[in-house]
Amino acid sequence: MSDSFLPQKDEIKRRLEGRYVGAVPHNRALDLRVVDYRPEHLSLCLPYRDDLVGNPETGVLHGGCITSLIDATCGGAVIMSLTAPRRIATLDLRIDYVRPALPGQEVICDAHCYKITRHVAFVRAIAHHGDDVSPIASASGTFVVFRETEKGES
Amino acid sequence: MRDAVVELRATGDFTALQEAIPYTRFMGITAKIVDGDVLGTMRYSEHLVGNALAQKLHGGTLGALLESTAIFKLLWHGETNAVPKTINITVEYLRGADSEDTLARAEFTRHGRRVANVRVFAWQRDPERPVAVATAHFLLVPD
Repeated sequence: MSDSFLPQKDEIKRRLEGRYVGAVPHNRALDLRVVDYRPEHLSLCLPYRDDLVGNPETGVLHGGCITSLIDATCGGAVIMSLTAPRRIATLDLRIDYVRPALPGQEVICDAHCYKITRHVAFVRAIAHHGDDVSPIASASGTFVVFRETEKGES
Repeated sequence: MRDAVVELRATGDFTALQEAIPYTRFMGITAKIVDGDVLGTMRYSEHLVGNALAQKLHGGTLGALLESTAIFKLLWHGETNAVPKTINITVEYLRGADSEDTLARAEFTRHGRRVANVRVFAWQRDPERPVAVATAHFLLVPD
């Protein structure tokens, strides 16, 4: 990667952050950050915060904010797969918690939209503490992709 | 937290428990016993919104309410004071959730000694028109 490419990548990251985080009140409330992106892929980071803890005895983050992180990242990966702007909505999201999250550590979600049809997008994701071979959670989600002329209910 | 669970079992009052959990305070998620069953509530707040244009709640917040309501019901019913561990959760999104309070109830599909299978429903104005439902498995003993 050349040095001249880096500022450009940072600029794109800032724009994506505006789109996925700045424009989405709950993502902003969780202070989500864009870690990485490429076509069909998105990685977001949830910084550790004391007010997001689910079990005060262990200091581990609540599953709810990890669900929000995974939902946001999967939806973003679908948007990274679209060739034209479309409205999308989550149909379902399954999350397997394969090992406990550690206290005090940020959580990163890597999502990949591996198939997109006219109306449906399929996404796989993992959440981890920076080492993606040792995930905290493994997830899969499906999204409905609305055509331009459609609106409202799926 | 264990004291809060003991208090909950004795009094049916979730106040101490929900105050002990930072995340449920952040989300405005509370629970109370209504008609002998746990009713979870997520109070509407601007920071729960996922689609600012359409003013719809973020899907993750509905997942959080569903998971929390299941855990509250397990803690209320359970025989140990250990916090149930979520094995997995599948959330189905049925319709857009408006910018208003959301309610939830949980049903045990099967409550074993080690594992509980729980179905959870979230709705806004009409319980017959749920906005999201979840199926979740919880581990009730140390892993």
